[in-house]
Amino acid sequence: MEALTSLLGGFAVAIQPMNLMWAFVGTLLGTAIGVLPGIGPALTIALLLPVTSYIDATGAFIMFAGIFYGAMYGGSTTSILLNAPGESGSMMTALEGNKMAKNGRGAAALATAAVGSFVAGTIATIGLTFLAPPIAELAFIFGPEDYFALMILAFTSVAVVMGTSRVRGFISLFIGIALGTIGIDQATGIFRLTFGVRELADGVDLSVVLVSMFAIGETFYVASRYSKTPPAINPVAGGAWMTKDDWKRSWKPWIRGTFLGFPIGALPAGGSEIPTFLSYFMERKLSRKPEEFGHGAIEGVAGPEAANNASAAGVLVPLLTLGLPTSATAAIMLAAFQNYGLQPGPLLFINSGDLVWGLIASLYIGNIMLLILNLPLVGLWVRLLLIPRPYLYAGIIIFALVGIWGVSQSVVHLITMLAVGVLGYVMRVYDFPIAPVLIGLILGPMAEVQLRRALAIGQSDPLVLVSTPISATMIALAVAVFVVPLIMRRFQPGAPEPDDNPVMGDQR
Amino acid sequence: MKNFLAYGALALSMMATPALAEPADVMAPGGPGGGYDAMARLPFQAMREAGIFTDGAQFTNRGGAGGTIGLAEFVNKNEGNDNAVMSMGAILIGGILINNSPITLDDTVPLVRLISDTGAIAVPPDSDIKTPQDLAAALKENIGAVPIGGGSAGGVDHIAAALLVKAAGGDVAKLNYIPYPSGADVVTNLAGAKIKVGISGISEFKPLAEAGRIRIIAVTGEERIEGIDAPTLKEAGLDVVVSNWRGIIGAPDMSDEGRKMWLDRFAKMHESEAWKKILTQQGWEDAYLAGDDFVSFLEEEAERQEEILKSVGLVK
Repeated sequence: MEALTSLLGGFAVAIQPMNLMWAFVGTLLGTAIGVLPGIGPALTIALLLPVTSYIDATGAFIMFAGIFYGAMYGGSTTSILLNAPGESGSMMTALEGNKMAKNGRGAAALATAAVGSFVAGTIATIGLTFLAPPIAELAFIFGPEDYFALMILAFTSVAVVMGTSRVRGFISLFIGIALGTIGIDQATGIFRLTFGVRELADGVDLSVVLVSMFAIGETFYVASRYSKTPPAINPVAGGAWMTKDDWKRSWKPWIRGTFLGFPIGALPAGGSEIPTFLSYFMERKLSRKPEEFGHGAIEGVAGPEAANNASAAGVLVPLLTLGLPTSATAAIMLAAFQNYGLQPGPLLFINSGDLVWGLIASLYIGNIMLLILNLPLVGLWVRLLLIPRPYLYAGIIIFALVGIWGVSQSVVHLITMLAVGVLGYVMRVYDFPIAPVLIGLILGPMAEVQLRRALAIGQSDPLVLVSTPISATMIALAVAVFVVPLIMRRFQPGAPEPDDNPVMGDQR
Repeated sequence: MKNFLAYGALALSMMATPALAEPADVMAPGGPGGGYDAMARLPFQAMREAGIFTDGAQFTNRGGAGGTIGLAEFVNKNEGNDNAVMSMGAILIGGILINNSPITLDDTVPLVRLISDTGAIAVPPDSDIKTPQDLAAALKENIGAVPIGGGSAGGVDHIAAALLVKAAGGDVAKLNYIPYPSGADVVTNLAGAKIKVGISGISEFKPLAEAGRIRIIAVTGEERIEGIDAPTLKEAGLDVVVSNWRGIIGAPDMSDEGRKMWLDRFAKMHESEAWKKILTQQGWEDAYLAGDDFVSFLEEEAERQEEILKSVGLVK
């Protein structure tokens, strides 16, 4: 086991007091930026790049990796407690997590997110240690048609399972895809649906829509229902911690989420969104209590949160083994490597073994630090819910508006926020799920690019879209997701009509 | 709160740097890891190492449509901002023409041309195409069946592909060109044999070529490149020379003081050891041209590219 020996050597590097300190600084900073909407690990590491001139390479990378992992941890907190995810990777966590928080089980949701992140982070780091070279090969195997099929699978699965009916799910999805077409077309440079508004040339900003759909729409909704709501249950009391049953229901989603997140995160066009969507879908389908989904099912927090963290480790695979940055954060880390005169790639492990293995070892240590850092904070965070709602939601609105204004200083963004916020409110009132809007907006443009690429390479033969085993399997799965429930219904005359669900809750 | 944190992070970085000032806003109109990305980051690295500008920089990557998407965002956001600059190059000029971009270089303040990066043509290692002549023959025979991947539509890679087809005697109108937002994407799809041919900068091909995952069959510049065992297209009998220069432009309505400040910084950087080290590391050729000379070069280059793009039918 050559990797094991190297890893032990790496621990010897990572455990030095200075490096432990850098890991601590990184994880602390990472957790903080994860909690805040808008500011992400890429920006933070970019701001810190100058330190590379003053501290040694190992220390710097240990800190950067801590920021990267920490941000994935922190993102779940606002999602769960305030239904206001700060970045797209923790969007799915909000769906069930916030419901749990409203049922007084916020602490359990935060705990399963933290422990799930730890489990996923650790397993994925083990994957990075021993499987990095073969996993990196996925980058070459996946072609445009495979990415397209993967996105179609994400579309159908999400639209089918979310909300009270699939018609509502698909309407939400198509609203998102339509929003995604706004702006300059990537392939031809033609302006689409911008109506002469120059600011829209850059498209509708994802973080604007994310914050408005969740935070602003939620605030409107709470405000409009305020007088009618019964006295709130004590949000802190009752099942404050994970029960035995919670553990039993969480561990499998953690593992499944990890196995979705790690390889997809390693793909150049993978990212953290697709694995979290797929994980949510998978848990909903596999759950013994699917009726709890939409009302605070712990599996729906455990799975996506694990997938989110595992995808972060996945991103490091092509960076370290091939020198290919597949996300903005990875690109900044690549720049940092180059600052030290290091070229990531097959030779990095040979030429700078100390650094790489020190970095990998520090990921294990950083994960433990994050768990120690986050679990005691759970009790503190949950107290946030004791703030009277008018103050809390006024705070959220200010927080969201200032955040978006701070990034862009664009009036068009503020108007977009208001419009999308109203849309989010209306969708809540009429029971449309809001997550598919975001999914359409994120994946729609990506799917379009991959579709065009695949068709161009295949000289416009549509069969190219199912020409590889991966694409054929994914498309078949996507069709099955859509068709199988319909067929099942035919053979079970007594089964309820999923398209005609009379329950009007505030499901989203 | 967000700003509070940004300042916190900034304060951290300032603890390590001597001067107190604002970081520069730098736009890279291409995906992470590509040529524009390097052109945005590395000059700032050199300036920092040489102590010319040490306040750090905040980078934005916005790829697509020949760099015009990044250009539009840069111009929209930074009216009169002396602290904002953008990396650009030959590809952006073609991108503006082909995409009929309402925003052009006239909306910006050109600063310097810094380098030229020689392009290369590569194939998957087990490809039937082994020489430029093989490629020419394949293009002549069935051009649609030879998908060529490269940077944005209308960029130097696209121009090189079009000129190559022309020189090979194929039908340029049927060129099957697949645009990618960054060189890293071209390399992955090429090594995976999703496309038959890739055109990109040498620096983007080099790591995987050395690892044996792709094979470079020709370079597109005037001369051969040291350490790369491949002929120029000219040597192979195809009269195609394309240069991919890159430089830096400033924000719309940048003040004269702002322009002078940046020209000073780049002049100093150009002399620094740190920059020379980067040139060698990246395999870039020095192509320094500053101020008014750069402005008139841009005008000539726009005319030249428009002519090529028209002759190959990319611009009407």
